[in-house]
Amino acid sequence: MFGTTAPLTLFAFAPFDWFLDDLYGAFMEVLARVLGMPALEFAFMQRAYLAAICIGIIGPLVGTFLVHREMSMIADTLAHTAFAGVAVGLFVNNALSLSLAPIHSALVVAVGTALLVELLVQYGDVSTDTSLAMVLTGGFALGSVLITATDGGIAVGIDAYLFGSLATVSKASVGLLVFMTGLVSAAVAVAYRPLLYVTFDATAARAAGISVTWYNRLMVVLTALVVVSAMQVMGVILVAALLVIPVATADGSRSFKRSLLAGVLVAEITVVTGVTLSYQYGLAAGGTIVLTGIGLYVLSLVYRRLGVPTRMQHRTGRWRLNKLSDRTHGDATGEPKADGGSDDERR
Amino acid sequence: MNGTTVETVSEAVVTVENASFAFADRPVVDDVSLEIEPGAFLGLVGPNGSGKTTLVELMLGLRRPDSGAVRLFGEPAHAFDDGERVAYVAQHATKAAGRMPVTVREAVTMGRYPHRLVGRFSETDRRAIDNALERVDLTELIDRRVSRLSGGQRQRVFIARALAAEADLLVLDEPTVGVDAESREAFYDLLHDLNATGITIILIEHDIGVVTNHATEIVCINRELYFDGDPETFVETNALADAYGAEQAVLEHDH
Repeated sequence: MFGTTAPLTLFAFAPFDWFLDDLYGAFMEVLARVLGMPALEFAFMQRAYLAAICIGIIGPLVGTFLVHREMSMIADTLAHTAFAGVAVGLFVNNALSLSLAPIHSALVVAVGTALLVELLVQYGDVSTDTSLAMVLTGGFALGSVLITATDGGIAVGIDAYLFGSLATVSKASVGLLVFMTGLVSAAVAVAYRPLLYVTFDATAARAAGISVTWYNRLMVVLTALVVVSAMQVMGVILVAALLVIPVATADGSRSFKRSLLAGVLVAEITVVTGVTLSYQYGLAAGGTIVLTGIGLYVLSLVYRRLGVPTRMQHRTGRWRLNKLSDRTHGDATGEPKADGGSDDERR
Repeated sequence: MNGTTVETVSEAVVTVENASFAFADRPVVDDVSLEIEPGAFLGLVGPNGSGKTTLVELMLGLRRPDSGAVRLFGEPAHAFDDGERVAYVAQHATKAAGRMPVTVREAVTMGRYPHRLVGRFSETDRRAIDNALERVDLTELIDRRVSRLSGGQRQRVFIARALAAEADLLVLDEPTVGVDAESREAFYDLLHDLNATGITIILIEHDIGVVTNHATEIVCINRELYFDGDPETFVETNALADAYGAEQAVLEHDH
């Protein structure tokens, strides 16, 4: 997919090779024997699992902030413009006989678009969703025009970008993902407090001297990095799902920090299950991962709506009484609803 | 705040000089001038759409005036960057918290973020957070999600966040909307106590009776300034009727 040139020569250096082949590879071979899963011995599956695990970390790490700022659509928009970036890279290669890695052009286009969207929202005379809709369709339109402009010459392999593929995860692209995981995790760790404040109450954060504009830009750039890094496994059309669905599944968490960690845990279960099913049944990786995520979300919804009684509660009938009590008297501590109850209760 | 009194400084907390602001061609604040002294409890009143929130946003540097000047703690408000000195509870802030999974402690801790954006909180930070929670009687609820609290409790969370900031200026925009009468009275008593420790308070409130009961200074605007003075004089003048464009009477009441 990326040609013979390593897309990120940075990851061709010995320590990463040593980690991937000797350390991680050896661990996966042991795991393959222990679990009786020969697939784990294949190098491409080892890379696919590592890539998926990285996506499972950075997706919810950024997605939790996006979802609670009601900016989920931006991930989808940037994914579609990343597709345009891939097409630009392939087009330039085709026209000028170069061997640029399309993921590099995708990164440049997605980050540039992220900043453009932010500027449009801030200074443009249109609403956020209109800006996003224009950029999303514009990005995809550019991609499709460039593909057809070469008489289909660059269309070969484009399906892998659209729907995701496990087989095309090269050593270099998994290296990029590992690097991005470190970068995005470090950025979120350092900027956690201002990002949380801006997400929770942007006006108060601004009054308190926190640059909301700057942190908004940081958030969209991080989103672009996640989307481009993950698109090879997930596919352009589905990559946004991993920034959103695990976060929605983890919504029942009490605190923001727990919701962040729960989102990552849910995403890891989702990607590992999805990759396994995808390989076992020869299904599209992105689609299988997303459907697994939706399945977990439905389960969590059922759990949250109905509650799951402990064995003791079930035996004594206390669970049924507790649920009834919650509905008639408000919160779990038995405090009366002072003025119409809470937002969560109104859901 | 921590039982100490904020040091009184001679400079005005807020100075507004002939400030005007318009959305497109629609003037919202027109040639307003006023000064807020340290330790004041200012009630900002006026009809709906009279520019109260915009005036506050100008004072906090969230907007720049089209003409005139606004100074916050002696600096041009838009360039003021000492966020530790200001705490703002915006209109509908408690609604904005929505369904986000944030605990009471997390929300109140945000008040210390301007002091420490990165790194471990110091003992002073932790004490400020604990004191703020204690002050508004939320210690029992620290692990509860803000979205699962009642309107009155949620309001206290936002006040606690402002207290944790140990700010010199507390700005509240219609903080008691959707709060029951009992919680509202307790809330005003709390503001009264805070003001007594030297914190300057700017309060936008629709209930003029409540404002005249608690504030030490009233500013009445309807795009332009109609009144700036003490509550007693405000009740006696026709400023309210002039600003609202109809005959008005201020009813004193206890909630």
